[in-house]
Amino acid sequence: MSKKIRLVDENGIRTDGRKPDELRPIKLEVGILNNADGSAYIEQGKNKILAAVYGPREVHPRHLALPDRALLRCRYHMAPFSVQERKSPAPSRREVELSKVIREALEPAIFLERFPRTSIDLFIEVLQADGGTRAAGVTVASLALADAGMPMRDLVAACAAGKADGYIVLDLNDIEDKEGEADVPVAYMPSLNAVGLLQMDGQLTPEEFEQAFNLAIEGCKRIYALQKQALKAKYLAIKEAVEEAVE
Amino acid sequence: MPVFFENREIVTPGDLLAEGGFDAGRNTYKIDSKIYACKLGLVEYKGRTVSVVALNTFYVPSVGDLVIGKIVEINLHGWIVDINSPYSATLRASEVFNKPYKPQKDELSEFLSIGDLIQAKVIAYDRTRDPLLTIREPGLGKITHGQIVKVSPAKIPRIIGRKGSMISMLKKETHCNITVGQNGLIHIYGRNPEDERIAVLAIKKIELEAHTSGLTDRITEMVSKERGSDK
Amino acid sequence: MTSTTISRIRQNQIAQLIASNKRLDGRGLTDYRPIQIETGIIEKAEGSARVRLGKTEVMVGIKIDIGEPYSDRPNEGVLTTSAEFVPLASPEFEAGPPGEDSVELARVVDRGIRESKAIDLEKLCVIPGKKVFIVFIDIYVLNHDGNLIDASALAALAALTNTKIFKYEVKDGEVEIKPGFEELPLVNFPVAVTLAEIDGKLIVDPWLDEEEVMNARLTISFDKDGRICAMQKGGSGTLSPQQIIEAVKIAKEKSEELRSLVVKKS
Repeated sequence: MSKKIRLVDENGIRTDGRKPDELRPIKLEVGILNNADGSAYIEQGKNKILAAVYGPREVHPRHLALPDRALLRCRYHMAPFSVQERKSPAPSRREVELSKVIREALEPAIFLERFPRTSIDLFIEVLQADGGTRAAGVTVASLALADAGMPMRDLVAACAAGKADGYIVLDLNDIEDKEGEADVPVAYMPSLNAVGLLQMDGQLTPEEFEQAFNLAIEGCKRIYALQKQALKAKYLAIKEAVEEAVE
Repeated sequence: MPVFFENREIVTPGDLLAEGGFDAGRNTYKIDSKIYACKLGLVEYKGRTVSVVALNTFYVPSVGDLVIGKIVEINLHGWIVDINSPYSATLRASEVFNKPYKPQKDELSEFLSIGDLIQAKVIAYDRTRDPLLTIREPGLGKITHGQIVKVSPAKIPRIIGRKGSMISMLKKETHCNITVGQNGLIHIYGRNPEDERIAVLAIKKIELEAHTSGLTDRITEMVSKERGSDK
Repeated sequence: MTSTTISRIRQNQIAQLIASNKRLDGRGLTDYRPIQIETGIIEKAEGSARVRLGKTEVMVGIKIDIGEPYSDRPNEGVLTTSAEFVPLASPEFEAGPPGEDSVELARVVDRGIRESKAIDLEKLCVIPGKKVFIVFIDIYVLNHDGNLIDASALAALAALTNTKIFKYEVKDGEVEIKPGFEELPLVNFPVAVTLAEIDGKLIVDPWLDEEEVMNARLTISFDKDGRICAMQKGGSGTLSPQQIIEAVKIAKEKSEELRSLVVKKS
């Protein structure tokens, strides 16, 4: 029987020094790739993830085009060097599943009906992974879509919560994800009070699930505020620089 | 009837802009009586209408628009043109030749070949078909000299300016012929490469600072400074 | 990405009925279609089951083999689940490598079994660090009439309840198969319940036409003690937090009904 790692100490402090309801430090940048129509970058704890959007553009192959709306295609992919043991570049079953659930989290946010017969191609590249990459992927992809000028109902913020050493915790890192009792990733659009991604693995009573779920929604709201700041940041900086220079 | 932002404040998708008896203008949408932004941009409250001037967008064709495009394909009926839009446009042979087009006799590529740039006008576009172009009006046709600058289509109104004020000033100060395509492509033809360079610099600066105030003065200043450094 | 083959009239019909708490086949909003479970139908497999959920038909075969453990779990058996959407099951299924729907299905069913620790994997260790039992769960969809996840999870559970592993002896570091069988160490009984959201209402066990019309679906797997061990939202629409909490309550009750079909209380 392997010795179990202590994830939360007797003072309620986690392995990376956080309290149970604390998010990891988050850095967001928008518009960093100049070939893509929209792009964004996130660092969340040790996660480093890049997202880029091309479109709306004509669908190739043509027969995939939908007559009444745009086709959203999403590719979540992990770089071979993103994890401890080198990961083969070929898409794994996990990446196939995550590409699907991430796409399904973002589809309800975009006014797809405005661009029939086109495709919107979204690429999420995980450069370094440390738990919670699908949530961070949704968060950064949402910014890339907004950066591209895609008409959206709301930004989509995502965050996971779960259970580690009996505590309900927010934003699980890699070790908590692997060794903890449960992981609940959630993607949420605050203006619409709508959940677009919800998964769970582990063991939780329905009451514990409700606690973790509510904590994840709370995390999403905090991340949403950071997303808004990041989108405005570039333009606010320019505005400040030029309008102040007049004085 | 509350509004939640100040005029010309930067808003993001999902921001609640107003509630009550308002109309949803451009780049906004309405649920019940609430108006939300659907793009990153500057909110504008004009009477009962709330709209957002997007900071970045892609070009969606409108009938009557002047556009600059590149020939990417030639088929039996005409040319397929990339107009920097989600949809490729078609330029039919009948919109180019004044006489009826005979596929066996007339060689389309002799007139316009792949890679050529054209100034054209959108004559038809709706949700069920791709945009159609014409080059039969005066001033339209193949572009043979000068340079092309690409900007976000969202900035085109600012580059033109109110009643064309910005673009007239630019033409005058740089002595360049400047044609602004609604699709974000701008054609510049000057007396010499130096004049064209200054025009390009000015346009790029307008693109970057389009959302700020006092822009026209700053651009005029920049252009004269650049000219001054020639001497 | 499925083409909307369902007509507008049908869509409206379904939506209108649901608004008055009825469904096209006369079911209540939280009723399952008739369920038939047969086990032990494929003698060459170590375990097998076939489930008919209404007209949806899924077969699961369990194969047992000896192999190497995962490097980070050297003393545990290996569980691996895959699903095939057999082309004859639906006009929408094409032959070829697994698409995203079949990958998702396999992983959701696997999650329920794995996270509930249904199989005592430590009991499947043969030579620690070297040889363990590998349990292959293969889901074979034979007819798609909606709600493949619940049917597959039920079939997998039923198949596991009649799975036998061969007896063995370790001689000089080699594994020798002996005559006779043992029961698979099955200690938990996970069950998946899927709900669909149509026009603000939650319905259990969506059939094919309801799936075409739904906004979103939510699958919740419960273990025998009423704990949630897997969840998966699917579809291009959304659910409100309130709907999700309600769905969990409905699903818990239904999971107990489903489990009693597979596991007789001793």
